[in-house]
Formats: sequence, structure tokens, C-alpha cells
Amino acid sequence: MNIDSIRNGIVIDHIKAKKGLEIYDILNLGKLDCSVAVITNARSKKLGKKDIIKIDKNIDINLDILGYLDPNITINIIKDNNIIKKYHVELPGEIVDIIKCKNPRCITSIEQELKHVFVLTDKDKKQYRCKYCETLHEN
Amino acid sequence: MKNLIDIKDLSVEEIDELIKVAKDIMQNPEKYSEKCKYKKLATLFFEPSTRTRLSFEAAMMELGGNVLGFSEASSSSTAKGESVSDTIRVVGCYSDIIAMRHPKEGAPLVASMKSTVPIINAGDGGHNHPTQTLTDLLTIACEKNRLDNLTLGLCGDLKFGRTVHSLITAMSRYKNIKFVLISPEELKIPEYVKEEILDKNHIEYKETDDIEKYINELDILYMTRVQKERFFNEEDYLRLKDYYILNKSKLENAKKDLTILHPLPRVNEISTEVDDDERACYFKQVMYGKYIRMALILKLLNIK
Repeated sequence: MNIDSIRNGIVIDHIKAKKGLEIYDILNLGKLDCSVAVITNARSKKLGKKDIIKIDKNIDINLDILGYLDPNITINIIKDNNIIKKYHVELPGEIVDIIKCKNPRCITSIEQELKHVFVLTDKDKKQYRCKYCETLHEN
Repeated sequence: MKNLIDIKDLSVEEIDELIKVAKDIMQNPEKYSEKCKYKKLATLFFEPSTRTRLSFEAAMMELGGNVLGFSEASSSSTAKGESVSDTIRVVGCYSDIIAMRHPKEGAPLVASMKSTVPIINAGDGGHNHPTQTLTDLLTIACEKNRLDNLTLGLCGDLKFGRTVHSLITAMSRYKNIKFVLISPEELKIPEYVKEEILDKNHIEYKETDDIEKYINELDILYMTRVQKERFFNEEDYLRLKDYYILNKSKLENAKKDLTILHPLPRVNEISTEVDDDERACYFKQVMYGKYIRMALILKLLNIK
């Protein structure tokens, strides 16, 4: 399958092999009314094997989530069969409501409708800490 | 500076300024006795802490202000299920500044995000207690006349002791600071404190489980209590609570101008025979706590 097989839409490329379906779920792509293809174990010069997601529509993608899940991902925006934009995601400085704080003493465990916010505290180690109690998120 | 949630919110310059004002208050209390006239401090203590609450209330009273509040969650709307955000919005209508203690870590930060008046974190679980650290810094500044070129011994519960972690964070910003970390194996300082504060700032430190080993090198000895509420297992608590008891004989080789500190309350980790030693400064430390809180209230209310 080639990237240009969709006319207008988004291709999420260079996903670590076997992670495509997880990203499909997290991005809630099942709720879209357009066609969405998840290709697993595609050949990749860079990664050996990779997953690809093709979305037949231009939608807003939460780049922070993708950056957190896999900073190697690239995103191609396709218009009239051409790649008009290419994004490289990176580790976001802050992630909101993607991971939950597991510290039972954290205020997020009781405060109504408080967003779970994690802040990047060490880029090299990919370490995130809860904004409120500073507990380290263990992957 | 609108709030004080974490000691890291304050720059070294801001801390220096607070210390300068606190010293001036100590020397000229009458000059400050009406600075907060008609101002109200709300002390919201969602968990009991008589000492810290009284310190804040005394500080506000000495500035000529008034205080209101509660001393445990059961006497607040929290017992009815009210959120921290709502409580703080309501109390902000009645007061000019809020000092808040809460058992949940991060609660004062949440409060500061919703509050219309300045918030002071008066302790959030095992997380932060910045006014204790300010108290420690003022005590050291007054007793030693400097905050640099010091060797600090930190003794006891270095694992759960939030005062110790905050003090390390704060002191690591001054020149030529060395630490001696004295604790049993089970209560050693967490690795992340070593990596993220000590190693990152190239601070020299030694670890030992023997309180007397390096006592002759210390300028400050900061004792801490092994806190029962931090243990899930009572057996571990009972085994470790009496590990260090500072007494006269252990102080034999210590410097003549050593300063002994303790955030209080103590249980038995400092024998009462040490109380009369000139080097024991833990009750003076309580007094310094009131003065630094006065300086902080003035700063947050923007009163010169």
C-alpha cells in the first residue's frame, strides 16, 4: 500500500511495529465516519518493521499524545494525492489526561474533574512527573 | 510572587529579601505591628497541625491583622464533599490571604490555580512544606550569619522527611555547601534526590549510618523524627524509631559552635539533656518560624 493511495487525509507513519492498534484506540479513530486503515508489520528501511495508520480525512491529531507514545512517529498531511506537510513529533513538555497519577496521596485522587497533568522533567530519560504531587510516572 | 507552593518558587534573591525583612521585624517589632490592620488571614487546616497553624496565626496577629479558619477537615465543608477548588473560591471572598494545609499532595497548587487571593502551602502530605524550609533558612542565617560555606548533617528519616528534601533543595543553591546524610539503610535519602539535586549541582556529600562518625565536621546538625504516619507497617516503625537518639555523649566531639536544629515535634530523638546545651537551637527555630511567616505575609500582600 502506498501513501498516495489516499487523496486527502493523514498518514501516521513510522509507528513502532505492533503499536498501531494501540494508537488507533487512543486517538479514538474508531469513532470517525471515514475509512481508516491500520497497516501492521510494513517493511521499513529505518525500523525493519513498522505500523502505519491512514486516515481518509483531514482531522485534528493530538500530537502530544503521539509524541509521548512514540517520538519516532512522523505525520504526513495529504492533499490532492500530494504530501503537503510532514511533522516529526517530539516529547511534549506537558501531557494532559493521557496517563493517570497512581499516587493515592495525590490531590487528583479526590478532586472532582481535575485534569491529570504530567510534566516532562528529564528529556533524556523520558521522565514525566505529576504536576501536583511530582510522583514519577513509571511506564 | 503571588503564592508560595514550593520552596523552588522562590529565587535566592527573594529568599534573601524575606530573611532581611524577618530580621528587621525581629529588631523593630513595633514598626510592623499595624502593617496588616484590617487584613484577614484564613488558616485552612484540612488536617491538624497545631504548631504550624499557631505560628501563622501569631504572625498575622503581630502584624495587626485578624485570623479565621478551621483546624480539621471535619469542621469544614470538605466533610460534605466540597472540592478544594470550591472551598478556596468561597474562602477567598472572606479573606485577603490563605495558609492551607492538606493531606493530599498538590492540593495547595490546585487551590492557587483557582484562588483570587495569595495561597501559602502550610504542608501538603509528604510533599512540600516551604515555610518550614524558610524557617530553617532564617535560623541558619541568624545563627551562623551566612548561608554558604557550611557542612550540614541531616539525621534520621531522610527517606520520607519532606523537610530534609526541601532543605537540601534550598541549601544546594548556596556556595560551598556539604552534606553528611545520616540514616539507617531503610530510611536513606531517595536516589532521585541524590541524582536530581546533589549530583546535578555537584554538591559534596557523604552517607553514613553512624551519627558520631563525622560529627566533628558539622556546622549544622538537623535532626528529624521518624514519623509513624509514613509507615505502612508498624513493625518497621517500632524497629527504626529509636535508631538515633542525640545525647550529650554523642556531642562530645562536635564543634563548639555547632547548631542543632529539629523541625519539631520531637519524640525522643533528642534527649532532653541536650536542651540546655548552648548549641541546641530548635526552640529558637520555632520563634524564627513566626518571623519568617510575618515577612512572607507582607511580601504576598505586597505591603512594604
